[in-house]
Amino acid sequence: MRKMGIGIAALAATGLLLAGCSSTPPATTPTETEEAIDASGVTLTVWTDENRKPAIEAAAATFEEETGGKIELVQKNFEDIRTDFTNQVPTGEGPDITIGAHDWLGSLVQAGVVSPVDLTDTASSFAPVSLDAFTYEGQLYALPYSLETIALIQNTELVGDDAPATWDDAIAAADAAGAKRPIVINTGGQTGDAYTMYGFQTSFGAPVFVSDADGYTSEVGMGGEAGTAFAEWLGANGEKGTGDISTTIDYDTNNELFASGDAAYTVQGPWAIEALTADGVEIKVNPIPSAGGETASPFVGVQGFYVSSQSENALVAQEFLTKYLATYDAQKALYEADPRIPAWNDLATEVSSDPVIAGFVASSQNGVPMPNIPEMGSVWDLWNAAQVQIIKGADPAGTWDKMITDLQALIG
Amino acid sequence: MSVPQDTATAQAAPPSPTPPTSGSGEPHGRRWNGVGWGFLVKLVLMAIVNAFGLMGIFAAAQAQSWIIFGAAVLLLAAADIVYFTKRALPLKYLLPGLGFLLVFQVFIFGYTAYIAFTNYGAGHVGSQEQAVQAALSQGERRVEGSPTFPLAVVEQGGTLGFAIVEDGEIKAGSAEAPLSVVGTTTAAGAPAEVPGWTIVPRNDIISDQDLQKEVIALRVPVSDDPNAGSIRTNDGSSGSIYRSTLEWDAASQTITDTATGTVYRATDSGNFASDDGTMLPTGWTVHVGFDNFVRLFTDPAMISPLATVTLWTFAWAILSVLVPFAMGLIFAIIFNDERIKGRKILRTLFILPYAFPAFMSALLFRGMFNAEFGVINEFFFGGMNIDWLGDPWLARFAVLFVNVWLTYPYYFLVCTGAIQALPSDALEAASIDGAGRVRQLRSIILPLVLVATAPLLISSFAFSFNNFTIIYMFNNGGPAIPGAPYALGSTDILISAIWDISGVSGGKADYGLASALSILVFIVVGLISALAFRQTKKLEEYQ
Repeated sequence: MRKMGIGIAALAATGLLLAGCSSTPPATTPTETEEAIDASGVTLTVWTDENRKPAIEAAAATFEEETGGKIELVQKNFEDIRTDFTNQVPTGEGPDITIGAHDWLGSLVQAGVVSPVDLTDTASSFAPVSLDAFTYEGQLYALPYSLETIALIQNTELVGDDAPATWDDAIAAADAAGAKRPIVINTGGQTGDAYTMYGFQTSFGAPVFVSDADGYTSEVGMGGEAGTAFAEWLGANGEKGTGDISTTIDYDTNNELFASGDAAYTVQGPWAIEALTADGVEIKVNPIPSAGGETASPFVGVQGFYVSSQSENALVAQEFLTKYLATYDAQKALYEADPRIPAWNDLATEVSSDPVIAGFVASSQNGVPMPNIPEMGSVWDLWNAAQVQIIKGADPAGTWDKMITDLQALIG
Repeated sequence: MSVPQDTATAQAAPPSPTPPTSGSGEPHGRRWNGVGWGFLVKLVLMAIVNAFGLMGIFAAAQAQSWIIFGAAVLLLAAADIVYFTKRALPLKYLLPGLGFLLVFQVFIFGYTAYIAFTNYGAGHVGSQEQAVQAALSQGERRVEGSPTFPLAVVEQGGTLGFAIVEDGEIKAGSAEAPLSVVGTTTAAGAPAEVPGWTIVPRNDIISDQDLQKEVIALRVPVSDDPNAGSIRTNDGSSGSIYRSTLEWDAASQTITDTATGTVYRATDSGNFASDDGTMLPTGWTVHVGFDNFVRLFTDPAMISPLATVTLWTFAWAILSVLVPFAMGLIFAIIFNDERIKGRKILRTLFILPYAFPAFMSALLFRGMFNAEFGVINEFFFGGMNIDWLGDPWLARFAVLFVNVWLTYPYYFLVCTGAIQALPSDALEAASIDGAGRVRQLRSIILPLVLVATAPLLISSFAFSFNNFTIIYMFNNGGPAIPGAPYALGSTDILISAIWDISGVSGGKADYGLASALSILVFIVVGLISALAFRQTKKLEEYQ
């Protein structure tokens, strides 16, 4: 018994010591300025990825100074954010604000985890396409801050500065210059990359979903003659055809071939510029050439800040978004941390002095936002797989039609 | 280094606790009664364990997660009892392992089984209350052309309301009383004084979370006409006119669209559906019983790809065990022979693949098997464009090749040890009797080696059955099966199919279906392992 007594006393003492060690947050003295609210004692949790964390820290510092509230930045992998946000918010453990891409909007609305954002006067400072991208059924759900799109990147030593008007022009120019491969396009290996091909697909007039006045509907639009024409073109340029488009080219191979000067053209986004110019290739960014006669409209992706529907501090979260993130300084900091096309109009004109960004801006002006409807998430698997099969030599029309039928059955 | 033949079976039971006795019946340790150094060390360790345990219990109680609270209390009590009582010696060794087993296996299995009986997935992630809240907020539309009014939150006799400034007029109202003019102002911005109402300072709202929720939920009608809309604020300092078209009736569990008259009823499958089939986007999680399990076997689009995946999984697991084992055994027998020159160097070279991490090797091999740029096609096939990654059977062969390359050194090591422990007199006797090499291998070497390695083979089978890493990193499940949902491919095994179905990698999430498939996989692997372990008992007769 005495042994147990010593034991229990020791345990109790150590236990209490350690349990008492949980830290209490230090009381912050509220600083009240004319306009700022007093948010002392309020903590906002914001999810971000490692690229944007330093940028948001600057806006967060201003917020903390002026209102006395605290911003807790949680760093996550960008790919994990959508799933984690959808699963955690309904349990009440989610963040108040998170960064995200606009094509998640449909599935986030379906999960009921985002609430609408009211931008009041600052709405006019943003590019209309960025606001449209985050609007679903008439409500705006996020504060946009950047756009991204892909464009045609060409090796100026081989083919000069001029933008080729069509696919055939591009191939001809590259052959005349004697490039080993006229063009390399990332097909994601065996997985397929319909995202990169979308510019060419729309140049045949085959959008993924039919649009009406309100935006995208859930009717598959890539069937019919236009879709078959695109499929035939893809097969003709695939491995059994000219071999320009091949499933042996994945992301890294694509960049490697262009950077070493073997390829004259490639289709990539601003995130790849560093890899493409790593060996000193001089580049020019131009809009994607048309392959089917109509304008090539690549996907435009918009990034922004969502607000959780279960946030305990919804007013403060909105305040942070509209007064501290929707400002020139914060948007500039975000641009410098992760250079994509800014959604803030003034900033966009300012950074267009950089020819590379100007090239992407030009490409984005032809572009269309990726559909943010929930059905979009179900489309990729079948779409990518069908493209891979056609590139490898399967019957283009048959494979494409089967894919359309499967998609319609899936979405139906 | 020789491995004793009963190593594997001996590992199952804990080592004998009593030290070898010298002299009289009871070991001297049993007579020790005092507080020695050993006891002090145990006390310190248990104090640390208790400290962490208590910290966890307090934190769980504060966060009100009662399951974690209960589990922590039970585990801590069990640890204290087991380690301070004189008896329960086997449990003293087993308790940490049992604890981890309970937390990381039993609980996970239980939770997965629970999810398998629900429809948790895309569009069904919250509760019905949250779905209603989402539907109502999605059904609200800002009235076209509504300006943004400077707004102040006011209260009168305990009722909250809004006061806005429109064209120099101050209007105030509450949820029951529509906006009415109460004064005029020339200042811009939110009204500083509202006659008849007291302004609630914005800072008060910010610091009170319940008040915040009330303010956000408050809707003040613009006029007596319900179609004119109501004022709503998102940030407490400005408001606009919104019109809500959806109404929730808790008694009849319906949401009615007042604009079109459509009635959405709450269904058993966790959606609000109207009579003609249109559904509101947000649903909630419901129990669906065995639906997920039934769907795995009856959904026409999924049966064929899943059957292919299952067959390939079994083939993959069996081949991933047999082929490396055979290779390892043969190499071990070869290198056991002293006539080979440079044995040590060759042995080291052959064991080298064991040192490479599977993750990295799979990626490197993917690059090497590339049809156009890959090293393998260039060096060994003279530049032919063999489509290793694109053709279903070639991809299967390639991924199996990679796995065998990574695994055989392990069996080589184990078999080397097992063979060196074989009794040489039995082999000599066999060769005197006239048994050839093959007969010796079949009747003497193989059974004796199997006694030592059979449990390893069984656990390897279970591991290979669920070897997600190689399959995913090599080709992400391989060339897609045409027309298969979830992009199931020719080299997909059940575990990577579960990954695709769950939608974690970015597709439509269906956690219920993925969990059901996980439970089935667990049952299959568990049954096979259990049966196989029983079979290995027969091998012990050879001892």
